[in-house]
Amino acid sequence: MGDIFSNLMLGFSVAVTPIHLLYALIGVMLGTLIGVLPGIGPVATIAMLLPITFNLSPVAALIMLAGIYYGAQYGGSTSAILVNLPGESASVVTCLDGYQMARQGRAGPALAICAIGSFFAGCVATLIIATAAPPLAEVALKFGPAEYFSLMVLGLVAATVLAHGSLIKAIAMVLLGLLLGLIGTDVNSGVLRFTFGIPELSDGIGFVVVAMGMFGTAEIITNLELKDKREIFTAKVTHLFPTKDDFKRAWAPVLRGTALGSFLGILPGGGALLSSFGAYTLEKKISRHPEKFGKGAIEGVAAPEAANNAGAQTSFIPMLTLGIPGNAVMALMIGALMIQGIAPGPQVMNEKPQLFWGLIASMWVGNFMLVVLNLPLIGMWIKLLTVPYRYLYPSILVFMAIGVFSLSNNPWDVLVMAVFGIFGYICVKLECEPAPLILGFILGPLMEENLRRAMLLSRGDPMTFLTKPISAGFIVASLILLVIVALPALRKKREEVFVEEPK
Amino acid sequence: MRIKSPKDFWAGLMFIGFGAFAMAWAYANYQMGTAVRMGPAYFPILLGGLLALLGALVFIGSFAVEGPPLPHMNMRPLVLISVACVVYGYVMKPLGLVIATACLVYISAFGGHEFKWKEVTILYVILIIFSVLVFVKGLTLPFPLWPAFLGY
Repeated sequence: MGDIFSNLMLGFSVAVTPIHLLYALIGVMLGTLIGVLPGIGPVATIAMLLPITFNLSPVAALIMLAGIYYGAQYGGSTSAILVNLPGESASVVTCLDGYQMARQGRAGPALAICAIGSFFAGCVATLIIATAAPPLAEVALKFGPAEYFSLMVLGLVAATVLAHGSLIKAIAMVLLGLLLGLIGTDVNSGVLRFTFGIPELSDGIGFVVVAMGMFGTAEIITNLELKDKREIFTAKVTHLFPTKDDFKRAWAPVLRGTALGSFLGILPGGGALLSSFGAYTLEKKISRHPEKFGKGAIEGVAAPEAANNAGAQTSFIPMLTLGIPGNAVMALMIGALMIQGIAPGPQVMNEKPQLFWGLIASMWVGNFMLVVLNLPLIGMWIKLLTVPYRYLYPSILVFMAIGVFSLSNNPWDVLVMAVFGIFGYICVKLECEPAPLILGFILGPLMEENLRRAMLLSRGDPMTFLTKPISAGFIVASLILLVIVALPALRKKREEVFVEEPK
Repeated sequence: MRIKSPKDFWAGLMFIGFGAFAMAWAYANYQMGTAVRMGPAYFPILLGGLLALLGALVFIGSFAVEGPPLPHMNMRPLVLISVACVVYGYVMKPLGLVIATACLVYISAFGGHEFKWKEVTILYVILIIFSVLVFVKGLTLPFPLWPAFLGY
C-alpha cells in the first residue's frame, strides 16, 4: 500500500508541473469539444494529433492524448442529453433517458449527475489502475513469446466478440488488418513483402494514415449522406444542481456503473462503449421500475456515464502493463509511444516510472478539470452544436490533411489516407466494422514475431501454445468466448444490447 | 440460387479476394520456410488462408440467410472528398500551403449538400490563417507557404 502511495506521489509531482497541467487541460478541452460534436470521435482526433506529438515529451504527449479520450466521454454526454445525438458512440445509451430528462426541463440535473458520476468513476478507476497495474506488469514480465502470442489472440478475439454485427466478418476484418500490418520489410529476412515495387511501402503503411482514413475521411463521407438535421434543445439550462431525491436514486447506479465499467474496461476489447451499454442494461434489469427507463430515469443516465468513464480509464491497464491495445484508441496510444521511441510493454513501468505514474496521476487531475470546467462551460458547448456540419467537415479535413502530410512530407501518405477512406466507406456499407481491422493492423507484426520465436523455441511444435499453462489459459479463454457468442441464445442477447439505439 | 443477403455476398467476395491474393502472392514471391524457421511467406499464407476461408463462409451464408439490401452508394461526397485529399497532397510541394488548402476546402465543400461561395471563402480564410499560425509558425512544420516558382 505504501508503494502505491509513493508511486502516486511521484505521479502527481510529474502531473502538476505547469507544462503537464497545460497539456492535460488542452487534452480534456479538445476531448470535450470533439465529444460534443457528432461526426468526429476520439479515434480520429488522436490520430490527427499523433504527428504533432512528435515535438512533445513522451509524458506530455500521453497526458494530452489520454485527456482527449476521457474528455470525449464527458462531452459525448452533453450532446446526448441536450440534442439527443450521441456526440460519441459510448453516449448512445445516455440519449435514451438523458434527452427525456431534458425535455422534462431537467437537463441541468442530468448534466450535473453525469459530471459528478463521471468524476467519481474517474477517481475510482485511477486508484484501480494504480493498484492493479504493477502486479500485472510483474506477471507480464515473465511472459515468453508463446504467452504473448496467445494473449494477442485473446485480445483480438475479445475485440471481435464485442464488435457489433457479424462475428465472422469481424474476425475476417482482424485477419485483413493483420495482413495489412505485414506490408513492408520483413524484420527476420529483410525481404520486402507486398510492396509491389513501391518504395514508400518498404516501411509499411503508417498506422496513423490507416486510422485517419478508416475513421476520419470514411466517417465524413458517411455523414455527408445524412441531411443536416440537428435539433438543438434551445430551452435554457437552469437548476443545475440535482435534488436530494436525484442523489438518492443516483448514488447506487453510479457505484454499480463504476464497478461494471472498471471491470469491462480491463477486458481486452472493452472500453467505454461496452461499459455504457452494459451498465444501462444492468440498471434496467435490476430496477424495480424498469418501465421508467427511456422516460427520463436518472438511473439510466448516472450508471452508463459512470461506467463509460471508468471503462475508458481502466482500458489503459492492458495497454500500459502488457503493451496490448484493447480498443482502437489504445492502439493509437501504442502508436504514440512508438513515435516517441518507447517499446510498449511491461518494462515501461520500471524503466519510465515518471511516464507511467505521471499519466495515471494526470487522469485524476484531468477529471478534476473536467468537472470544474465543464458545468460552467455548458453554454459554450451548446453554441458549438449550432455550428452546421458544412463548416465542420472541411475544417476537420484540413487538420487531417496537414497531420498526415507532415508525417513524412510526402503526398503518398495523403493518397493512402484517401484510399483507406474509400475502403472504410465500402466497409461501412457492407457492415464490416473498421475497429477490429485497426487492432489487427497494429498487432500484425508483433504477432508474427512472437509466433516465429515461440515456434523456434518449441522446435516447430505448435502444441507449445497449449502445454504452457498461461498460454493455454489464454487460448481456452478465447475459445470459450467464441463458443459463447456463437450460441444462438446468447447471440440474440448480444444483438439486443446493441440494437437498443434511439431512432 | 438467389442472393438473400447482398451485403454478405460482396463482403464475402472481398475477403476471399484479399485472402486468396495474399496467399498466391506470398507463395509465388517469398520463401515458405518451415514451422521451426518460418520464412517470410509462412504467416501471410496462414492468414490469407484463414481469411479466404472465413470469406467463403460469409459468401455461402449470403445465399442462406436473409439480409438487408445493398445501400445506396453516395458517389458525390465519396469522390470529391477523396479527390480533395489527394489534390492537397500533390499540390503542396509545388504550389504551397495556401493554394493546397484552398483546393482542399473548395473541393470538399463541393461534396456537401449546399455550396455557397461566400461561406466557403470565409471558412477558407479562417482555416488558412489558423493553419499558418498554429502549424507553420507555432509548431514549425516545414511547409512551403507559396508556390516554389515565386522564389519564397
